[in-house]
Amino acid sequence: MTKKSYFLRGIRDGMPIAIGYFAVAFALGIKATAAGLTALQSALLSLLNLTSAGEAAGITLLGAGTTYIELAFTQLVINARYLLMSCALSQKIAPKESILHRLLVGYGVTDEIFGVSAAQETPLSPYYSYGAIAVAAPGWTLGTLLGAVMGNILPTRAVAALGVALFAMFLAIILPPARKSRVIAGLVAISMAASAGLTFICQHFSLTWFTEGFRIITLTVVISLGAALLFPLKETEEVQDDCN
Amino acid sequence: MTVTNIWLAILLMAGVTYLIRVSPLVLIRREIKSPVIRSFLHYVPYVTLSVMTFPAILFATSTIWSALAALLVAAALGLKGCKLPVVAACACIVVFLAELIPF
Repeated sequence: MTKKSYFLRGIRDGMPIAIGYFAVAFALGIKATAAGLTALQSALLSLLNLTSAGEAAGITLLGAGTTYIELAFTQLVINARYLLMSCALSQKIAPKESILHRLLVGYGVTDEIFGVSAAQETPLSPYYSYGAIAVAAPGWTLGTLLGAVMGNILPTRAVAALGVALFAMFLAIILPPARKSRVIAGLVAISMAASAGLTFICQHFSLTWFTEGFRIITLTVVISLGAALLFPLKETEEVQDDCN
Repeated sequence: MTVTNIWLAILLMAGVTYLIRVSPLVLIRREIKSPVIRSFLHYVPYVTLSVMTFPAILFATSTIWSALAALLVAAALGLKGCKLPVVAACACIVVFLAELIPF
C-alpha cells in the first residue's frame, strides 16, 4: 500500500471518531465556559490536549481553583494509560521510522485512534495515524469551540445520540477478534465485568480519588499481565491475530 | 503555586500529556523479545477498550434504555464483522429512535 492509501484509510476510520468526538467535545465546551474559560481557551485546550478525561478533570480543577503541581499530577495519573498504549504502538511501528514520525504519531495517541491503529496490520504506517488525526483532531477542537460558543442552543437529544458512537466503535474493534480467539473473548468478558464491579464499588463507597482514568490503567495492567503470564502468545498466534 | 494564568495552565496540561504519549514511541525503538512483555502489550488494547466501553456506554445517553439498545445493536453488528463507521452510525440511529419513545 502507498502512503496515500494508508492516509485515506486513516481518514475513513477516523470519521466515526471525529463524529463521536464532536458530540463529546461539545459537552466539554459547555463545561469549560461554565468553569470560566473563554471560547478560544477552550478550543486551544482541546487542540493541544486531545483527551476527554484529562481535559474534563483539568477544567474541574481550574473552575474550583488549583495549583500548577496539582494540575500536572492529575494529568499524569489520568493520562497514564497513554503510556501503555504508546508502548504497544512502539511494537507496531517499523523500527526504521524516523523520530519525526514518532513525534507526530505520539500527538494522536488517544483511546480511539489507538483502538483503530491496534486493529491495523503490523507494521503500522504513520500515514494511517495522520489520516485519523486529520479528521479526529478538528472534530474534537471544533466540537469544543462550538460547545463553548453556542452553549445550549443545539437540541440535546441529537447530541446525546452521537455520544455512543465511540463506544460502538470500540465494540466493533474488539468483538471480531474475540470471536476467533477464546483467550480474547474471555479477556473481554472479564475486563467488562471487572470494570462494572469496580465502578460500582467506587460509586457505592464514594471513592472519588479512584478516578475513571485510574481505574482504566489499574485494570488494564492487572488483567493484561495476568493474561500474559497464563496465556503467553506463540509467534504464530500473533501473526494470525494481526491479520484480523 | 496557585494557577493565575489559564494559558499557562493549558500549556502545562498539554506538555505533561504529550510527554506521556510520545516517550515510549521515541524511547522504545527495538522489537521487544520477552514473550511475557510481548503478550502483555498484545492483550492491552482488548482489555483497555473493554474496560472503557463497559459500563461507561450505559451512561452515554439520556436514558439507560436507549444506551442498552445501542449496546446490543453494536455488539450484534460488531460480532458480524461490520465496518466501524457502520456500527457507529447504527448505534447512533438506535439511540435517536429509542429516545423518541416516551417512558
